[in-house]
Amino acid sequence: MKELNYDSVVIGGGAAGMAAALELDAAGFSCAILEREESLGGILTQCIHNGFGLIEFNEELSGPEFAEKIEERLAGTGIKPFTGVTVMEMDASGEHKTLYCYSGTHGVLRVTSRVVVLAMGCRERNRGNIRIPGDRPAGVYTAGLAQRLVNIEGFVPGKDVVIIGSGDIGLIMARRMSWVGCKVHAVVEILPYPSGLTRNIVQCLHDFGIPLYLSHLTTNIIGKDRVEGVEITPIENGAMQHEKAFTIPCDTVLLSVGLVPENELSKMAGVELNAMTNGPAVDSMLMTNVPGVFACGNVLHVHDLVDYVVEEARRAGAHAARWLKGERPKAEARVKAGPNVRYSAPGRVDLGAVNKLYMRTLIVKNDATLEVKVNNRVVKSVKKNHIQPSEMIALELGPKDLETALGAPEPVVEISIT
Amino acid sequence: MSEELICITCPLGCHLSVDRLGDGNLAVTGNRCPRGVKYANEELLSPKRVVSATAAIVAPGSRAGTLIGGPPGGAPAHGLGDVARLPVRSTAAFPKQDVPELLAAIYALRVEPPVKRGDVLIRDFKGSGVDVIATRTL
Ligand SMILES: Cc1cc2nc3c(=O)[nH]c(=O)nc-3n(C[C@H](O)[C@H](O)[C@H](O)COP(=O)(O)OP(=O)(O)OC[C@H]3O[C@@H](n4cnc5c(N)ncnc54)[C@H](O)[C@@H]3O)c2cc1C
Repeated sequence: MKELNYDSVVIGGGAAGMAAALELDAAGFSCAILEREESLGGILTQCIHNGFGLIEFNEELSGPEFAEKIEERLAGTGIKPFTGVTVMEMDASGEHKTLYCYSGTHGVLRVTSRVVVLAMGCRERNRGNIRIPGDRPAGVYTAGLAQRLVNIEGFVPGKDVVIIGSGDIGLIMARRMSWVGCKVHAVVEILPYPSGLTRNIVQCLHDFGIPLYLSHLTTNIIGKDRVEGVEITPIENGAMQHEKAFTIPCDTVLLSVGLVPENELSKMAGVELNAMTNGPAVDSMLMTNVPGVFACGNVLHVHDLVDYVVEEARRAGAHAARWLKGERPKAEARVKAGPNVRYSAPGRVDLGAVNKLYMRTLIVKNDATLEVKVNNRVVKSVKKNHIQPSEMIALELGPKDLETALGAPEPVVEISIT
Repeated sequence: MSEELICITCPLGCHLSVDRLGDGNLAVTGNRCPRGVKYANEELLSPKRVVSATAAIVAPGSRAGTLIGGPPGGAPAHGLGDVARLPVRSTAAFPKQDVPELLAAIYALRVEPPVKRGDVLIRDFKGSGVDVIATRTL
């Protein structure tokens, strides 16, 4: 078994992993990236459409371009990227963390380090997660898998398509499938509003005349060997209208029903999860409950913009470097998700520093107000033109905002939206 | 009769009502800012889209142009792992009604690696001033 040792190891070579590694390297620590795929870049390599990078590069790029531009920053650094290496097990109990990895070329690797940054991204929710009744025929794919098949492997999985769920990946795939000659017959969404961006509704559905059925539930997937159709039932006033159910013939179903952080390794290492983000619970340094184990990007909470992923990952890398130098937050407060806020990441703030928080709301609203209370007193209020669950909200809280929390026995920062 | 549009310039998503006036101009209501008027004019008079797609990769050195990935539906590539298609995009937004023509030109491409991100694969398509470039280095 080959043995390797670094100051820090990053699991996952997507946008998050690369950005975190760059900070650790810049701070003078040796760093390896362990990536399961044959190339770096993560999910971005299959997202060939435009719209990435407005914040990071001030231009609109496709996913592969964004990934390459970040990857180019690794050149000339001391970062050691390993591709084709899957981390199978993590033991983070001691001062030195141990990762057991498998690689086609190196065999089994044992990698030790003082710091581990989790950057494994997320996985798609699948049919099992949402319990659609019916047969189990071939032709049912998650939208992200279909994206990979079409965009990288050049394999178009069907001709007549119905997409279940109106998340952005599903919408993007509606256009992509149309552009490779498929007929997309419908997008079916259980909620009364679409979960993807308006821009994508317009350019990926309206442009192709694809109907969007809101407040409709997929009640049956029909087909013996191959999908033959899906049965759709309208929901009115919270009740299913069975007599109005109808069937859309198709040979392919794509599911775009959400993403969940990749947690297998985290759980194995005793990392506590946050029930709202489904990813690790982290403190103001983006460190998990396991000392020396940090998290960023989609493994921490599901992001909609890679620009935010990179920003967050940079913070995680910089914090990990500070932690290696022995720095710790002086005093922290817990962040509580108040009315209409689903979660905030991280879940703790450093009272002596500028904190950046990402959060998601539960509501769709124009002219909303985001309010921050420390121990029940309002310390900050921010106006938002428009908010919706699919768009992450960023917030900065500095020492001035948080000064009343200093010295309080168990300070709580509550964020609410009205 | 008014035409209904959703402005996508910002996340607010104003619902616009647009009437075509006799002089060829548009009367826009429902917008919360001037960008709504600009959007309605572009979208109704000369709609444009950035096009992203993939091109077939041919085996290096193969004169006959053997397809590695082939057109959609082909087998996975060899030598490039599973990568059988080269991602490409237009360098600017392109007239919407001509997008199918541009796509057909992209699908007719046979690209031989090595190819670098930014390499121009189609220059100034039909005099539009829009190029098609590779978005990945293979
Ligand atoms: C299908 C899909 C489509 C998306 N489309 C868009 C979009 O259009 N626009 C947008 O802005 N955002 C999009 N996103 C969001 C996108 O994920 C983020 O913008 C960003 O790219 C995520 O970066 P990441 O590094 O956190 O995760 P990823 O890019 O997923 O990287 C995680 C990496 O970790 C590796 N890994 C996982 N487990 C292990 C292990 N055990 N050992 C070794 N390596 C491991 C994976 O192979 C992967 O390369 C999409 C997400 C998904 C899932």
